[in-house]
Amino acid sequence: MRADPMMRSYFRGVRAGVPIGLGYLSVSFGLGILAVSMGLSVWQAVLISMVTLTSAGQLSGIHTMCVPGQYMEMLVSQLTINVRYSFMSICLSQKTDPAFKGIYRLLLGFFMTDEIFAVASTEKSVSRSYFLGLAAAPYIGWAGGTLLGALLGDVLPERVMGALCLAIYAMFVAIIVPQIRAEKTLGLIVGVSVLLSALFYYLPALNGISSGLSVTVCAIVAAVLGAWFFPKKDEEEEADE
Amino acid sequence: MNNREFFIYLLIMAGSTYLIRAIPFALIRKKIKNPFIKSFLYYIPYTVLAAMTFPSALYATGGSVTAAAIGLAAAILVSLKTKNLTVVAVTGCVAVFLAESLMAL
Repeated sequence: MRADPMMRSYFRGVRAGVPIGLGYLSVSFGLGILAVSMGLSVWQAVLISMVTLTSAGQLSGIHTMCVPGQYMEMLVSQLTINVRYSFMSICLSQKTDPAFKGIYRLLLGFFMTDEIFAVASTEKSVSRSYFLGLAAAPYIGWAGGTLLGALLGDVLPERVMGALCLAIYAMFVAIIVPQIRAEKTLGLIVGVSVLLSALFYYLPALNGISSGLSVTVCAIVAAVLGAWFFPKKDEEEEADE
Repeated sequence: MNNREFFIYLLIMAGSTYLIRAIPFALIRKKIKNPFIKSFLYYIPYTVLAAMTFPSALYATGGSVTAAAIGLAAAILVSLKTKNLTVVAVTGCVAVFLAESLMAL
């Protein structure tokens, strides 16, 4: 069988996206349950997942929707929570291959989630077909999980549901930890981010701040300190492996 | 909430989320040379994921914080051995489930 290079990189992307899709399935399952419990219909819950594709943003958005007429609040909170995607888009714009431009970026930019970005950024050069393939399983997992959660919310025992909620965080760990092993200074920078995040969570003066905003602040401060004290010199270091 | 209101909310949510992703992606075409900005962009995904994970993960399961911490620790240990996201995610979930079950005895 002759393999077209574009199809090959598409399917390589699909394979890389499967674990993300599985992680999303469990996370959006919880989101589906939540949305219906807050008074949204099944089709509304699924439609929100299909057009936004964002965990923290949706969580906050669903809460805002429960009170009528808070349009400005919706806009401001969505922008704050999701501003990190801009940084990811800028970052990935540096790694795309020459054909991945213009309309393709405008269309495929929709799929820029934390995890899709994190996996794509381990590529030396990101092609359109790879990125589209990478987004396939997560998109299906996200929309499908929301549908399943909205439909059969309390079929699973509570303990199983709770355990599934850790999946997404374990996935984050799997992205961060191997890179720290390869690069010790990254551990220090990540440590700063974690420390700040804990301060935001536990200090009474700071814990009124929304989680989306606190993540943004912690991540930017830690990355600025990292860039200041440990600037990356060697282009090769950015490559995975 | 009526349908009209739902769709206005949906439009604000989806529109702002889409534009904040796609506009920077489509507009920035040149390679960034500045080492500070390059380093910043290199570090940002890791600092974002780290801040999202801790301490939120400890409270995400809705059960025991200790069990969640055990799950997180299991995920960290396994990710020292493998980069496979699914293996790490499943290990974390199983560890939480086992820890919760043991504590319930």
